[in-house]
Amino acid sequence: MARMKFLCDANRCIECNACVTACKNEHDVPWGIQRRRVITLNDGKPGERSVSVSCMHCTDAPCAAVCPVDCFYRTDDGLILHSKDLCIGCGYCFYACPFGAPQYPRVGNFGSRGKMDKCTFCAGGPEPDSTEAEYVKYGRNRLAEGKLPLCASMCSTKSLLAGDGEVLEEIYRTRVATRGYGSGLWGWRTAYGDTAES
Amino acid sequence: MATRRNPEPALVTLRVLAAALAVAFLVGVGPAVAQQPSGSNPTAMSVTEEGLLRELDRVQGRITIPDGKLAVLEQPQGRDYRRFHEGWLPWIAGIAILAMIVAIGVYYFVRGPIRLRRGEESGPTILRFDAFERFTHWMTATSFILLALTGLNYVFGKRLLMPLFGPGAFAEWSQWAKYAHNFLAWPFIIGVLLMLALWVKDNVPDRYDLAWLKAGGGLFGGEEPPSARFNAGQKLIFWSVVIGGAALSVSGILMVFPFALTGIGGMQTAQYVHSIVAAILIAIMIAHIYIGTIGMEGAWNAMGSGQVDLDWARHHHPVWVADQVDRRLDSAAAPAE
Repeated sequence: MARMKFLCDANRCIECNACVTACKNEHDVPWGIQRRRVITLNDGKPGERSVSVSCMHCTDAPCAAVCPVDCFYRTDDGLILHSKDLCIGCGYCFYACPFGAPQYPRVGNFGSRGKMDKCTFCAGGPEPDSTEAEYVKYGRNRLAEGKLPLCASMCSTKSLLAGDGEVLEEIYRTRVATRGYGSGLWGWRTAYGDTAES
Repeated sequence: MATRRNPEPALVTLRVLAAALAVAFLVGVGPAVAQQPSGSNPTAMSVTEEGLLRELDRVQGRITIPDGKLAVLEQPQGRDYRRFHEGWLPWIAGIAILAMIVAIGVYYFVRGPIRLRRGEESGPTILRFDAFERFTHWMTATSFILLALTGLNYVFGKRLLMPLFGPGAFAEWSQWAKYAHNFLAWPFIIGVLLMLALWVKDNVPDRYDLAWLKAGGGLFGGEEPPSARFNAGQKLIFWSVVIGGAALSVSGILMVFPFALTGIGGMQTAQYVHSIVAAILIAIMIAHIYIGTIGMEGAWNAMGSGQVDLDWARHHHPVWVADQVDRRLDSAAAPAE
């Protein structure tokens, strides 16, 4: 089985936010929930870079470690998914996540949080694949249809890549060799504990 | 550097050699650099992940969505949070609570409860806590116990209860425990504030406290030294509740309104404070519950009916009884004037 990963080539990201829009639309993500976002660093200054980020599906996932009800699980593809039936919306995963990936709908009184929502790598949740129940809670299961995540598929500059980690690394290595520079695999060391040559 | 101030001839030679080598290296790599399409490296000035993490300890930028906290791209502090939450906290809380239970257990079996003396159970009584004081105490106590249990569930539930109930039932219970924790926070906060208002005047340190503490309150042998309405031990309990309760309330309110007043660093700190203070306060309250129930005969009445035996009160709080009697004599004398 492949080890699925995201890779954002910051030299190519033009902050068009198509990945964000694609994600929102594909999964019917409600207002206020941001499964993916684009962050611009050094905005308007020399050396500005934009990075598209979502759940990175970490190798040693901090969210899963701190969850008080153990609602996370790892798929054969190395993805970190969770069960909204078990989630109690305590918010611990957001405090532990290095990338700010977990999101919570606001429900009821005070700052009460509903069931956590995050990027599923377009792979749904624990419900049977491609069912209505799965769609309502986690969005479309593109992986079950043999497709890769829509955010990366729709990236106009192919800055955002999603798929088998080894293939992504190979593509990135080739790019760096061809153009003579790279700007690092954003988040890879934190998420996967390793990083390809930049 | 020492060499810069006074260069030795040998070092100068070395430096020339190094310079020559460097030039040769640059000439050698030159063509490779020129192979780049644009002839320059556009990433030379760009921000790097490691650079930003080194300088700022988190990577933060600009976003085009309203949720400001999502401007943080990377916060390695999540690792510290995880280390605390899964590494330190279960041990700190577990040891604090179990050590207290063991200590009290040993004390109970070695020294046993503090018995009533002759004549301390059927004589005239005196009002120790009025109805409002008892209401305040029990409102705070009930909410504290439920908050403690539902709070401990966040830390120990998945370790102790989930293997028994299974993930589904445990998650259901935890969901209700979370609701209970969020809502019972309010009676607890109000209770702590009321207790502060009701009892602060009797909990100011006085001249009896030092002697009481020196004698260990008579808990480990010897006579119990005299005290006013509250002895030094009770005052310590009071101040732990007030100070601990304040810390729990402030950090708890920050958590009930996540990100309303603070960023991610503040949210993590609030959890550190909340959980450590809670563990310590739970341990202290176990001692308080012990002494108020099986640990001391006659103590329960104070918070039960509010009436305690006059001799019992004279034995444990002689200064307070004397004050009360004086006051009663004063008020009895008053109408005659």
